[in-house]
Amino acid sequence: MADNVRTGEVMTGRVWRFDHDISTDLLSPGAYAIDPVEVRKLHVLESINPSFAGEVESGDVLVAGRNFGCGSSRETAAENLKVLGVACVVAESFARIFMRNAVAVGLPVLVCAGVHEAFSEGEGAEIDLSSGLVRNTDTGSELTGDSLPQEMREILTAGGILAVLRESTGQHLSL
Amino acid sequence: MGMTMAERILAEAAGKDQVQAGEFVVAEIDLALLHDIFAAGVFDTLLDVGVADVFDPEKAVVVVDHLVPAPSAEAAAVHQKIRDHVARLGINSFYDAGDGICHQLLPERGHIRPGSLVVGTDSHTTSYGALGAGGTGIGTSDMVYALATGKLWFRVPETLRFEFTGDLMASVSWKDVILHLAGRFGADAAQYRSMEFGGPAAANADMSSRLTVANMAVEMGAKFGMFAADDVTDSYLREHGGVGSDPFGPDADASYAEVHEIHLSDLSPQVALPHEIDRVSPIEEVVGLTVNQCFLGSCTNGRIEDLEAAAEIVAGKQIAPGIRLLVAPASRRVLQEATRSGALESLIQAGATVMAPGCGPCFGGHGGLLGPGERCIGTHNRNFPGRMGSAQAEIYLASPATVAASALAGCIADPREAESTNG
Ligand code: SF4
Repeated sequence: MADNVRTGEVMTGRVWRFDHDISTDLLSPGAYAIDPVEVRKLHVLESINPSFAGEVESGDVLVAGRNFGCGSSRETAAENLKVLGVACVVAESFARIFMRNAVAVGLPVLVCAGVHEAFSEGEGAEIDLSSGLVRNTDTGSELTGDSLPQEMREILTAGGILAVLRESTGQHLSL
Repeated sequence: MGMTMAERILAEAAGKDQVQAGEFVVAEIDLALLHDIFAAGVFDTLLDVGVADVFDPEKAVVVVDHLVPAPSAEAAAVHQKIRDHVARLGINSFYDAGDGICHQLLPERGHIRPGSLVVGTDSHTTSYGALGAGGTGIGTSDMVYALATGKLWFRVPETLRFEFTGDLMASVSWKDVILHLAGRFGADAAQYRSMEFGGPAAANADMSSRLTVANMAVEMGAKFGMFAADDVTDSYLREHGGVGSDPFGPDADASYAEVHEIHLSDLSPQVALPHEIDRVSPIEEVVGLTVNQCFLGSCTNGRIEDLEAAAEIVAGKQIAPGIRLLVAPASRRVLQEATRSGALESLIQAGATVMAPGCGPCFGGHGGLLGPGERCIGTHNRNFPGRMGSAQAEIYLASPATVAASALAGCIADPREAESTNG
């Protein structure tokens, strides 16, 4: 696929807004760590927003403050959001492992300074991963985030790192 | 141009003479760690994507440590599955329930080599930086990819360098130092970056202290948290695994994003307050706050040095009525050493409950969880809401000495005073 017609790089959705330091313990509570995803997804962020997991709709966008996804390496934190249908997480900054995991499971993420103040709960967001442009479709305000590096966008476009691996399984079987 | 420790490790792993911060590399993995929360899922997925073997069974270590002894039939079934996979894949480095916590076992059993690149399905894989290794946490899909191919992509991180000078006062430890750094610089100060810990005070720190600091580097967001490998590393490795090591450190002309000098002589014991790791106070500001539970353990502070520091404070005394003091040694060897040295006896006599070597209540999985409104002071590394049970409970983090002094007092207490009353 040519670079400029990559699908899924521009998205629009309704915003759920969260504060700073949203941890993996909130995104994927330890008590359900080894439960199947159908159970895990019901408890996402329940201790700070009990209605989120039940009401979030496919295509919705998360806007958050600094250090989103801090804490453990549990990939379920990113996977739970992906399974709930979250289209993209835009935050002031991400915890490194969360960001890595989001890319690995095919959940788009974007670092964007000022985004936490630029949105209120329920407003519309338009996000372009390749340019980093973030627009509030209710207020019309625009911000420019850090466009994702090519290497990460390629994994996202493939649908995650396992999809990349599947594509090349034949080759890797000979290793 | 000179390279930092992170750059040296990633250059070597990527087969390049030189790399620079910001660059993306595909690096070869020297060691991959999996523990019981994720191992079964990773191995199942590996089969599912059509990969029958791991790239090198000698480069994988599997540890059952989080849910031990199995608190439920489901957990036991997961452990059974892990044992089957490990046997099928021919992975010899397998530590079963009761052997200890992964981040204790890998250094203790000689798996970590200075200068190597280690990935683990656990954020505290940064611990191995204590031995001059590049250890970092990854998720399960990345681990599947790494086990299948032996490789993984990395962005070469910028490095923050910390130069430590001065001597810590009695009853103040390197746990207090890393809590102080988190409080002073913030929970995301090292986001996407690496940390290097150096200077004369770091060179004098023992391996147990270095492990505590490197372990918690991830609480500041770091990809790696590293000490140079030196004489301390060499003698630790000779004792644990039998093979010593050459020095490994940054180039003298390496370039850093930031360099900070930290003077240790007047540092007080530090406490991280709920619910953020960077809400840190000197102990003077929180003494007297009542607690329900005290926890001594975890990969941060469950080593023999930690148990002995706590035992020294509680020896011959009783913990306050109504207080629960839980002790989870970081490994079976630690438990044995603490038995031999008498530290365990002192703790038990004082009223402690000793748990199986393993993670214990550290991550809220089982055993020693908190009810709503309860307060715990522990030696572990995270105080997020819900980390140890109820999201309405409060977790304070401190050193083993502070936790022991608090268990005696029934409230947060300054270990420097507990020591003096001990004569
Ligand atoms: S002791 Fe705690 S932090 Fe360490 S590996 Fe276990 S759960 Fe994680």
